Amino acid sequence: MDALLSLQNLKKYYATQKAVDDISFDIERGSIFGLLGPNGAGKTTLLRMITGIFYPDSGNILLDGVPFNPMVDIEKIGYMPEERGMYKKMKIGEQALYLAQLKGMSKAEATEKIKYWFKKFEMESWWNKKVEDLSKGMSQKLQFVITVLHEPKLIILDEPFSGLDPLNANLIKDEIYALAKKGSTIIFSTHRMEQVEEICDHIVLVNLGKKILDGSVAGIKQQFKENNFSIEIKAGAGLSSNSIFTIISEAASKYLIKINEGHSVNNVLQHIIEQKIELIGFNEVLPSLNEIFIKLVEGTHAGARAFQKI
Amino acid sequence: MNKTWLIIQREYTSRVKNKRFLMLTFLMPLLIVGLIAASAYFSVTGVEYRKIAVIDPNGYIKTSLKNTNQISFSFPEKVDTSNYVEKGYTDILILPQFEKGTKSDYILRSKKSMGLMLQESISNRINSAIEDQMLQDAGIQQNILDSIHKASQVAELKAYEDKGSSSKESNAGLAMGIGYASGLLIYMTMFIYGAMVMRGVMEEKTNRIAEVIISSVKPFELMMGKIIGIGAVGLTQFLLWIVLIISLTSVAMGFLPADIQHQVSTLQQSNGQMAGGMMQASESAMKIYNFQHTISTANWPLIIGCFIFYFVGGYLFYAALFAAVGSTVNEDPQDAQSLMFPITMPLIFSYIITNMVTQNPNTPIAFWASIIPFSSPMVMMARVAYGVPSAVSYWELALSMLCLVAGFIFTTWLSGRIYRTGILLYGKKVTWKIMFKWAFKKA
Repeated sequence: MDALLSLQNLKKYYATQKAVDDISFDIERGSIFGLLGPNGAGKTTLLRMITGIFYPDSGNILLDGVPFNPMVDIEKIGYMPEERGMYKKMKIGEQALYLAQLKGMSKAEATEKIKYWFKKFEMESWWNKKVEDLSKGMSQKLQFVITVLHEPKLIILDEPFSGLDPLNANLIKDEIYALAKKGSTIIFSTHRMEQVEEICDHIVLVNLGKKILDGSVAGIKQQFKENNFSIEIKAGAGLSSNSIFTIISEAASKYLIKINEGHSVNNVLQHIIEQKIELIGFNEVLPSLNEIFIKLVEGTHAGARAFQKI
Repeated sequence: MNKTWLIIQREYTSRVKNKRFLMLTFLMPLLIVGLIAASAYFSVTGVEYRKIAVIDPNGYIKTSLKNTNQISFSFPEKVDTSNYVEKGYTDILILPQFEKGTKSDYILRSKKSMGLMLQESISNRINSAIEDQMLQDAGIQQNILDSIHKASQVAELKAYEDKGSSSKESNAGLAMGIGYASGLLIYMTMFIYGAMVMRGVMEEKTNRIAEVIISSVKPFELMMGKIIGIGAVGLTQFLLWIVLIISLTSVAMGFLPADIQHQVSTLQQSNGQMAGGMMQASESAMKIYNFQHTISTANWPLIIGCFIFYFVGGYLFYAALFAAVGSTVNEDPQDAQSLMFPITMPLIFSYIITNMVTQNPNTPIAFWASIIPFSSPMVMMARVAYGVPSAVSYWELALSMLCLVAGFIFTTWLSGRIYRTGILLYGKKVTWKIMFKWAFKKA
């Protein structure tokens, strides 16, 4: 695998908790990577180490196969933190220019890029306005533009869609796909599992500072499937649980069944045919990421961790 | 370094372009001039006049008691404590029967209470009247006494400093004024610009822009950029004030009548003596010349040089601490108040010491306070005004400067470590104990 970013045994301990406790994973170049986890799992600490804001206590971060050097590599990264802010009194154009120059762009280059993006997002009229005049969603768009302006190799987006209407959310989503296509790698951190399923190629789930899941979205769903199927039969006939399968729920003539251990899909079909029941639909039901997330995190007392002593 | 420069630029331009900066810069000198003019006006017009009836049983001081321009004494008949107000007097003064060798009191009764200055001047008048009367009793004639009084006022104290072979005129009043003014100015600017740094840091933190910026630059660069940018704003303001004051004074001089201007320049050329044969210099020309002459006795290049050094040094010393406090404050500005206390205390304390030092520049406390960087920017300025090396020796000045440089390097280092942790930490109430831990923990 061609990894853009590779984390090896990262550790970061605070006085009261192990925020990141021995986490390793690779992120493929040009992929959209989902970093998931409950509140307080250590995601932000992990992201801050990747952006060079924090130094890990131990472990290595490799960017493009060489050790990450914050002094130089900071300019290859675009980071949009969850808690976003701007200078309220500063003009939007000047602010974008200032932040772009801090990322190492020249003034002329930055001006050109800002104009391009402002035009693309229909923000040209904003240049001389102040941030305090923008709505939350509008400043979100501005923040996204500032994050990707310097064409970073690695783009880190923490909850990029919060506060956006569906139209603007789609606009940003399309940009994320386009950027990935052009070769940027995107780390996407969110609690919204349906967005992860839709956008991400690969995910890692962290909880209590440890990695508990790592794989492709499709692979993980396969891994957590529970032999559940949905069956639709012609109205009038009836199904009941038996030695081959157990009915979990039924509504009209739609059933959700679980195949008992030792039996296969073919056994179920054979049973239905033998009963002379007319079959309309038969589908495998894979668990949603939401269900997997809840199953893995529930009962771990993730929320209570913040106030524990180690 | 390039990025720090960008931050300095932003901090500087965003503040200098601000309307408040322009207003403060141009209104402050006008305000100060206005205040001085107003207080001068009121001290002239606000004088109160007293008409005092004196009851002097044996007429002991009747001939020698003299009126001032505020107090008139008279010796009316048939006035006593019960009716002096009806007769048109403000006060009544009852003198005892003077006897040689015994101390006795004289009594002043008034309807309106009297200020300390006025009381003192009445008492001076009476004492000198008694003295004159005693001299006359001893056989000295009144006219001789008068001529002695007049003649004794010709001499005036002029102090000189010895510098190797040459000596230079010194003026303690001017030194005190310069010391006090520069101490006060440094004290005020430490507060104004220190608080400005703190507010700027708090703004970045509560706005949550700090995290965006810190993913581009190091926290230390952000902190230093802010401190230097705001310091440059302060220097710009001083520069504008100096230019403004100089141009205002020269404009004011231009309004003087031509003959007085001519006389002043003649006085300057001839070192204060009107050449024989020329007309006598008018009183106002003499006053202007004396003022200019007094001002010119100070070592201005040294004072201005020291002022800039101590302003910059003191600013860097305190601004770093203010930045550290700003970085630890959450949403609540009241937290800032209590955390600021340990910073404002030494500032206020230094100001009090400065007031003492302007009068006595060479006490042990003046020496130590001018070496310790917490107070040296203010206290050393008050001492330097008295002259180097006459009041402050070169090694003291060098030691003080060295300590200040070491001091601000230390506070900047310390604050950098506190700032680094504090700026990204939300929802935790920070105390000085925790800040101390952050500053000295490893890595």
